[in-house]
Amino acid sequence: MSYSVTDPSPRQKWTAGTLVILYAVITLLPLLWIIATGFKSPSDAIAYPPKVIFDPTLEGYVNLFTTRTRMSPDALSALGEPATWYDRIVRQYDMVISGPSRYGERFLNSVIIGFGSTFLSVFLGTLAAYAFSRFKVPLKDDLMFFILSTRMMPPIAVAIPIFLMFRQLGLSDTHLGMILLYTGVNLSLSVWLLKGFIDEIPVEYEEAALIDGYTRFQAFTKVVLPQAATGIASTAIFCLIFSWNEYAFAVLLTSGTAQTAPPFIPTIIGVGKDWPAVAAGATLFLVPVMVFTILLRKHLLRGITFGAVRK
Amino acid sequence: MAQILIENVRKEFGSFTAVQSSSFTVEDGEFFMLLGPSGCGKTTTLRMIAGLELPTSGQIRIGGEDVSQKPASQRDIAFVFQMFALYPHMNVRQNIRYPLISQGMKRREANARVEEVARILGITDILNRPVGGLSGGDRQRIALGRAIVRDPKCFLMDEPLGALDAEFREHMSHELRALHDRMGATTIYVTHDQLEAMQMGDKIVVMNHGVVEQFGVPQQIYDWPATMFVADFIGSPPMNFLRFHASLSHGDTHVGLGDHRCEIPQTRQGANGDLVFGIRPEHIRIRTEGGYRARVTATEYLGTTQIVMLDTAHGTLKARAPSGDPVQTGTTLGLDFDPRAVTLFDAKSTRALLSAGNEEVLSHG
Repeated sequence: MSYSVTDPSPRQKWTAGTLVILYAVITLLPLLWIIATGFKSPSDAIAYPPKVIFDPTLEGYVNLFTTRTRMSPDALSALGEPATWYDRIVRQYDMVISGPSRYGERFLNSVIIGFGSTFLSVFLGTLAAYAFSRFKVPLKDDLMFFILSTRMMPPIAVAIPIFLMFRQLGLSDTHLGMILLYTGVNLSLSVWLLKGFIDEIPVEYEEAALIDGYTRFQAFTKVVLPQAATGIASTAIFCLIFSWNEYAFAVLLTSGTAQTAPPFIPTIIGVGKDWPAVAAGATLFLVPVMVFTILLRKHLLRGITFGAVRK
Repeated sequence: MAQILIENVRKEFGSFTAVQSSSFTVEDGEFFMLLGPSGCGKTTTLRMIAGLELPTSGQIRIGGEDVSQKPASQRDIAFVFQMFALYPHMNVRQNIRYPLISQGMKRREANARVEEVARILGITDILNRPVGGLSGGDRQRIALGRAIVRDPKCFLMDEPLGALDAEFREHMSHELRALHDRMGATTIYVTHDQLEAMQMGDKIVVMNHGVVEQFGVPQQIYDWPATMFVADFIGSPPMNFLRFHASLSHGDTHVGLGDHRCEIPQTRQGANGDLVFGIRPEHIRIRTEGGYRARVTATEYLGTTQIVMLDTAHGTLKARAPSGDPVQTGTTLGLDFDPRAVTLFDAKSTRALLSAGNEEVLSHG
């Protein structure tokens, strides 16, 4: 248990609080800028000096989700009054909505690939970590080092061989290919992190379960997994953050069906310097990881084994 | 409840032999102690009985059934761990109920059993508490509850009091023994504490370096140790050893320690060469004149008795004397050894020589 010998004085608390807030402001400023830009009009977004106070509009979000066509004023007036609020926004620029953009698909791709590879990394990682932690695996230390060594270079260093391999195997621009790739990259991290967590769980818990009449697998699922929840949650967060944000491989290996959001978002800009749409795309892209992290936050903080074991 | 039979059980971890061909029997309803220093193989033996380790060779029978190669889950035994191993993600009730659920017992019936066990152990009021934050004694009781709730063939306990404070250990050991007497369950209890073993056990196995040194009731083991290790490990202070050189034949009733002749229980076997004269501290009487001569080097006051440290021609001795006896450090005095309590050992093999005193105890095991 940690405790302080003396309580901090009010002045110390005040100083510490100020420093933390200052640091938070500095780190959160770009984030706030992106969120704000998502609600600006294109002209406000590129205004100089930058506008801090502006009329919020959903133009960016409308542009993000739609494709639009410019029409002659004659043709527009023939269409009559715009039917919806988003039609109205688009009509200001003499345009009509011609269909949905690809952002939704790309976002869904990110979800499938990100969560798919996270699930697979954590699932395989837990099993491998359990085996390394509990059983006499021949050459255990060497294998663990080998697993770690796959992380010793930047993954992008092997981009060309992977590109060629994927082309040969027909994995280019497929969900499966991206899931396998991100799982491969994340697995070393996942095995190492989880082995640390499982090592911390006393083996007596499983033995008690074995004696209570459970099989080894039941002991694993009913005793080890609940104990390792903290570790599994934090490992999942790390894995998801990596595969969610990964850009380089995504640019190289996906272009259509399996393209994730990160390579897609910058391409929005090509159409008329539409910064608000880019910012809106980035803002929405932040949400799932944030929600996931908040959901698993209590596992990260909870010291579930505290007090149950006398060491 | 059941008898447990250990026959020539052996366990090797790679090239290391943890247990060498051990054999002993635990009778139905016995409180049985596995005693030895750390690393002697006592815990490995217990884990083999539990099925947490499988023996390299040999047989383990529980209630007549050969379980040597069966997994723990099929042996119907209960195990109490030193660190309790309570499932931290469950509360007290769930912990005790857990083994019943695995047997497929209905929840209502299981809850009734948990209540009953909680009443026996006096933990009814904490059933709904999480296990974290409970005192060591309560956690110990919960671990016991989890063991007794399913009425297994036997209880295996691995130093269950080792994690408790000294003061509380005493209390818990009485509680444990009382619980055993009420339930009459076959219990195997591992400990390195010889006092605990003597206090609580119906029978004791003393192990060292993976070998069973001796097996019997506490008093027999204390009075008639089979080896020098047992003599030294049991008793506080342990048995005194005086080394001498002699040639004995079957039927001798005296040995010579230097020029002093000591009476001994009549020998039942001859011996030749380096021997050891073993005598417990309380079987030495101090007098001023005559006897076996010794010089007092120090005394330790223990209330009703005192321990007198003595230097002799054959080695150092500790004698237990009434604390009223005036003993001066530095003086030389005489010692009498109770002739009925002497054990002779062969110095090379360290085994006790058979005599009229110990032949009954040592010939059976």
